[in-house]
Amino acid sequence: MSIEVRSVSKSFGSFLALDEVSLRVGDGELVALLGPSGGGKTSLLRIIAGLEEPDRGSVHFHGEDATRRDARERRVGFVFQHYALFRRMSVFENVAFGLRVKPRDERPPEAEIRRRVGELLRLVQLDWLGDRLPSELSGGQRQRVALARALAVEPKVLLLDEPFGSLDARVRQELRRWLRRLHDEIRLTSLFVTHDQEEALEVADRVVLLDRGRVVQDGTPADLFERPAGPFVLDFLGSVNIFHGRVENGRAHLGPLSVAYQGAPHDGALPASGYARSWEIDLSRDLGGADGFPAAVRHVAAAGAVVRLELCTDDGTTLKVEISRERFSEIAPSPGDRLRVVPRNVRVFLGGPGRG
Amino acid sequence: MSRRRVSPSLLPGFGPALGVTLLLLSLVVLAPLAALLATTLRGTPREFLAAVSTPRVVAAMRLSFLVSLGAAAVSALLGLLLGWVLVRYRFPGRRLLDALVDLPFALPTAVAGITLTTLYAPTGWLGRPLAALGVPVAFTPLGIGVALVFLGLPFTVRTLQPVLASLDPEVEEAAASLGATRLDTFRRVLLPELLPSLLTGTTLAFARGLGEYGSVVFISGNMPMKTEIAPLLVMTKLEQYDVAGATALATLLLVASFLLLLVLNRLEAWAARAVR
Repeated sequence: MSIEVRSVSKSFGSFLALDEVSLRVGDGELVALLGPSGGGKTSLLRIIAGLEEPDRGSVHFHGEDATRRDARERRVGFVFQHYALFRRMSVFENVAFGLRVKPRDERPPEAEIRRRVGELLRLVQLDWLGDRLPSELSGGQRQRVALARALAVEPKVLLLDEPFGSLDARVRQELRRWLRRLHDEIRLTSLFVTHDQEEALEVADRVVLLDRGRVVQDGTPADLFERPAGPFVLDFLGSVNIFHGRVENGRAHLGPLSVAYQGAPHDGALPASGYARSWEIDLSRDLGGADGFPAAVRHVAAAGAVVRLELCTDDGTTLKVEISRERFSEIAPSPGDRLRVVPRNVRVFLGGPGRG
Repeated sequence: MSRRRVSPSLLPGFGPALGVTLLLLSLVVLAPLAALLATTLRGTPREFLAAVSTPRVVAAMRLSFLVSLGAAAVSALLGLLLGWVLVRYRFPGRRLLDALVDLPFALPTAVAGITLTTLYAPTGWLGRPLAALGVPVAFTPLGIGVALVFLGLPFTVRTLQPVLASLDPEVEEAAASLGATRLDTFRRVLLPELLPSLLTGTTLAFARGLGEYGSVVFISGNMPMKTEIAPLLVMTKLEQYDVAGATALATLLLVASFLLLLVLNRLEAWAARAVR
């Protein structure tokens, strides 16, 4: 079943959490709602689940307006960041809850409940823990119980609020791959909230980037990565260096950098900023070259798949650069060396310093 | 393994601390209780039974038990409501209301009794309209109940409050998203969480009501067989130099209190078991 959100706005007091947000999650899609904390992601998810009411706009399931429908009638599975398990019930009873509270004429018989809960616990690989209390489980196990509990009522859509937010890094990585495999298996329309760009880009079919209550970009992970819609997206998706300056006569003059600018024609100079990703910058020992500008190496972190360097330009700006291990052994930089910095790809956006 | 204590205890040594505690406990609690039992045991069992089975004693015990039980139940309901409001909602005057809950603890019980009697007497602010409706309060068992609810409410509110505060509203939302009605959520999710402390608070209120004297004697009217409570009867018997009768009744009340404490203890053990 598809989810559609149409121009939803929501404010809490004077704080505008959502500002005319629209988005669509197609049938069977796994979409990530990504953004910095306080960006309105959780509010949007809660509005879709019916736990919060929008001030304006509507929510549609399978084309049907569900904005006024009560949370318990929406058939939405909701997984909370802090699990929200029933702490006095065993794992088994937690998962069985949704089946046990069904109206008498829809409630499956006890044997059927046992069979379905057992099946779900096997699906989340916890069938051996049915008798335990939630407090006896690890964080990752609790989150899987929460997921099994949400799936027990056969929801039409699944909403996950920062599902891996309170887990440690290793468990998080494991669990998100597992979630992707699970989704490929059951193909349930799913929307999950995260502030971790790596998680969103790795797991989701599509990513909706939300900032200060607005949709900034909506596209596949590759889209977002290769064609960021603006400086915010670039900045949010990874380590990026920013050069402030102006564009004039088809060229951008950005501090030590000067690159061609193919934007719309304009009169006079306009403030602009250039963005270069840390791995789209080359370093060279040849200080006399025509491109780029000189900078001094300040710090080298050589442990890892790539080598991370921190450099300082002559005007005092700090640069983050990542180079391959091969390149690193060729130029062998060490702190204090002066090198030539050659950005391979600079994206220029109009607008002065600051976001937006 | 080192034998040395990792964190030194605040009190100087286990031996002296336990010794002082036991000594004081003996002087203040155990000795009077022993004396009471000794006085009771001076008589024969037959005398004891005779003393506690007169119609007046039976009526007083029955009244004390029933009214205390009813008042404890009302305190439980009101306490649940008041605790919920204090924990879940933010409104002007919340802190004042929160502080007022403790008033019955602080107020001399006689003051409470006199105030309630004045209010609920047939000529009082509340007593007059209620009497006109055919519901006399002062000098009836209902009046005793009102006084006991006043005293019992802080127990239920204060035992429930921390548990209510520890409940995560997300858990209720989770229940709702799984299709549970409000009633289902209350019955299956909230009540199991609240029940131990609800029972603890109710038992405390009940025990307090059973022994309460000061605030009740004014509003009850103390009519033998009708509105005379057991603690008052102990007092009356003492005033009539019927020491054997007074101690027999006191022993009965003591046994009842012990049983209640035992129940309380089991409830607390049960409450501690599930949530770790």
